[in-house]
This record gives sequence, C-alpha cells and structure tokens, in this order.
Amino acid sequence: MPNDLITPKADAPERSPSQQRLLDFRRKLTDRLATGFAALMAVLVIAPLLAVFSYLVLRGVGSLNLAFFTHLPVPVGEQGGGVANAIVGSAMILGIASLIGVPWGIGAGIYLAEYGRGSFATLLRFTADVLNGVPSIVIGIVAYALVVLTQKHFSALSGGVALGIMMIPTITRATEEVLLLVPLTVREAAWGLGVSRWRATLSVTLRTASAGVITAVMLAFARIAGETAPLLFTAFGNQFWNFNPNQPTAALPLQIFTYAISPFDEWHRLAWAGALVLIALIVGAVAAVRLVASRGMMQGAS
Amino acid sequence: MGVGVHVEKLNAWFGATQALYDVAMDVPANHATAVIGPSGCGKSTFVRCLNRMHETVRDARLEGRVRIGSMEVYGNGTSAVEVRRRVGMVFQKPNPFPSMSIYDNVAAGLKLNGFHNRRVLDEVVERSLHMAALWDEVKDSLKKKSGASLSGGQQQRLCIARALAVQPEVMLMDEPASALDPISTSKIEELIFQLKEQYTIVIVTHNMQQAARVAEYTGFFLMGKLIEFDKTEKIFTNPSDKRTEDYITGRFG
Repeated sequence: MPNDLITPKADAPERSPSQQRLLDFRRKLTDRLATGFAALMAVLVIAPLLAVFSYLVLRGVGSLNLAFFTHLPVPVGEQGGGVANAIVGSAMILGIASLIGVPWGIGAGIYLAEYGRGSFATLLRFTADVLNGVPSIVIGIVAYALVVLTQKHFSALSGGVALGIMMIPTITRATEEVLLLVPLTVREAAWGLGVSRWRATLSVTLRTASAGVITAVMLAFARIAGETAPLLFTAFGNQFWNFNPNQPTAALPLQIFTYAISPFDEWHRLAWAGALVLIALIVGAVAAVRLVASRGMMQGAS
Repeated sequence: MGVGVHVEKLNAWFGATQALYDVAMDVPANHATAVIGPSGCGKSTFVRCLNRMHETVRDARLEGRVRIGSMEVYGNGTSAVEVRRRVGMVFQKPNPFPSMSIYDNVAAGLKLNGFHNRRVLDEVVERSLHMAALWDEVKDSLKKKSGASLSGGQQQRLCIARALAVQPEVMLMDEPASALDPISTSKIEELIFQLKEQYTIVIVTHNMQQAARVAEYTGFFLMGKLIEFDKTEKIFTNPSDKRTEDYITGRFG
C-alpha cells in the first residue's frame, strides 16, 4: 500500500485533526504547484514552435497552389511559378548527405561504444564534439575545397558532402550513448550462443538500441535539412530542372534565401510559402520514418 | 549427447587480482554437477572459463587447460565462437533479446549464424520450447510478443530454450533460479532433471538445497580454490574437508 509511506509511524509526534488537515492541504498544494510548473515549462517549449509554424502558415499558405509544387521558378514580374526543382534538388542533396552521414556516423558510434578505449577513442570523441560546434559555413568551405575545387564546378554532390559531414558527429555521439545503454547481459547472451562479435553487435546490440539510433539520425537529418550556408558555394542553386548529382542544383533553403533577400513583394510571398513547405517536408519525413520504424517494434519490447 | 569436461591447473585473473587458483575438476558426462561456495569464491568465474566468456571481460586473463569432449577449449586452433556453440550458457538474470519476438529469441543462435531454413527453424523452436516447458504458455504469441514481455520465470525458461536450440553438448547455468520465485525455481529444477539425460550440466548455485536436489556431483569453492569435489551425497553428509563442513552446516558464508 503506497499509503503506508505517508501515514505517520507509531513514534511520530501526535497531530491533532486540524494539524493533520493543514499538513494534507500543504502536501496537495505543493503537488499541484510542482505539476503546474512542469506543465508551464512544457508549454513554453512548444509555444515558440507553434508560433513559428502558425506564422508560416499565415504568411505562406496564400501562395501555395499546385503550380508551386510542379512548376519552375519564373522571372520577376511574371505571375505564378513554383519551386518544384528546389524540392527535387533538396531531396537529392539530403539523400547524398544521408548516404554519407548515416553509415559513417553509426559506424563511428559503434566503434566508440563497443571497442573505443584508449587515447585514439578519446581523440575521436573530442574531434566529434568539436566538429559538432564548427559553424556550418566553415563546413561549406571545406566541401568547396574538397569537391568543388577538385571538380571545378558546383554540384549537388558537393552540397551532399557538406551536409553529410555535418550529420556525422551528431549521429556518432548519440549512437554511442544509446549503444552503451544496452545492458552487458544482452551482449553476453549473444556471445554465449556462439554468435561472432560483429554479428552480435549488428543484430543484437544495434537492433536493441535501434529506436535511439533512429532518433539520432532523424535529429541530424532535421538539423541539416534547413541548412543554407553550406550550400551557397557547393550546390549553388539552379533556376532549371536538374537530376544530375554532378551539376549545380537548386535547394529549398537556397531558393527561400534568394526570394527572401530580393526587393520584390511577390518573391517575398514565395519565400514564405517555400519556408512553409520546407518545414512541412521535414516534419513529414521524420514522422514517416518514425511510423515505419515503430511498425517493426515488438509488442512489449522495452 | 553430453560430453565430459576436464579441467586442469586452471588459474584466472582480473587484472592483478587472482580469482582462481590451480583448479582441477573432471565433470562427468550426462550428469548435473553443482558448484557451490560463498559469494566471491570464484564459482561464476570458473564456469565462465569453460565457455571462454571469462576473456570478454577487460583485463581478464587465464592459464591452464580445459577439455570438453575431445575439444581443447584453449587450444591453438580453437575459436571462442566455436566453443560457445558447443557449450550453452544460462545466466543469472534472465536476458532475452528485448527487440526480438519469442520465436526469434529461440531461433537467434541459428539465425545469427546464417541458418535460415524455415521448416527446420520452426521445428527447432517448437522442440526447444517444449524441452524448456514453455511451449504451452507461449505457443499463441510466438511471433507477436517480445521476449521481454514474459514474466521473469518465463524469460529464464525462454533463455534455456534459446541455449538448447543450438544443441550444445554442455550446458552451463550460472545461478539460473536466483532471481526467480519458488514456483519458477521448481520448474527450472525439474527441467534440469530432464535435461541431464541429454546434456552435461554444470550449475552454479547459492542454494545448497538446490544443489542437493538436482546434482549428482558437487564442487565446493572457497577463495578461488576448489576445496572439495565429490558425489553430492558425500559432500553434504560426510565431507572430507573441515571447511566444506563449516560451510554446509552454515558456520560461515
């Protein structure tokens, strides 16, 4: 009985009924205050997000129509037009970034959690933390030097490289953390069955921690999906369709940037609509991955 | 069929701390052998040396010879993975794979070693769960429920089924019932009784009644040394060493 915990013990000082009532009232009040405070904090966290989202809807939804999703941008003065090429370009760049960042990040996280001891691992952790704090424009310069200068042209590939590098430290450190949460007894169970070390790591440890790893990947993805600075001199932008990852490519954040700094009212409206679409696509992608991932989970798995 | 376990001059360390001193023991095939002793006496370390789990601990080290059937456990050409396939282990705390269904838990040893024939897997899973006396309780939710959704006693029988599925020759049990209630404990003990017809069983236990109930042979460990190893009856009625007598009569430990 949980009540036993709060009823006075035999040797506790005697209380009159009115004292007891006062005490009960104080306890209830404290409980309400603490709960209320937690609720208030929760609202304060969600409020800015809701404010941003509703303002975006307010300003952007008016310019949304089918053409916005299916047409190319049009020159100033012409009505209509869309950002279809930027949506496709963003998908392409984010796809390349994920192909680089996800396996690399998870692999490094596995190394740190399962094998990472000694000074090399400490150096790796430190490097990852520093990389996490490097301004995104600097990462853009790195990709520019590595890919753009070598190839002598802008491309979706170089944008993907920049964003992929940005994903790595987030995924690495988060993967390490969630793998370390898997109890040693679960690993031992796998080893005890005669399962090789790498098999046990992939099929048991990583799988047990998969929900956390997916969260880490989605966090990293959401963080880079809206990045503009690293794309300025890598993906560069493009007013036309491009499906070749080795050519300059439009991206939603770049398109929004171009529209937003222009002096034209019509373009400002398009920037709002583009921002709304970008946020909606990120939310949609994260939700979709969560939905698919949760289907694979077992009933009662903890 | 089970095979015997032969241990010779086994010494084990954790870093600079020695945990086992010159242990020698001949575990007979197709019998249950109990390993008893006070906490920290090295009995868990001893069984973990038999399937090379000892070396998974950082800084752990060992010398000596262990032979299981005709296999030199620490021989040059023997891999730890190979040893563990032939020597199953059940741990103190039930440790089913939380992300896997009941079915996948039992099939894990085969599946993770690349064996995927469905019909055979179905058979092995059913047979193993029958042997572990769990089939009737889980047969309707084999693929729907996670191994972690079962009760503690069921989880431990699931772990036994999982170990049986790879058809080991020797089964190590490290205090398999210490985290369980009396009813689950008696189920596990009944199980050990049946299993020893086909397997060699080494069971670590804190519970001397349990040792007396399930094992034909018993070894008593104290401070890393095997003090006495004999027929269970002899150990509990007429031990030859004073220290064994002190322990089983409850004078210490």
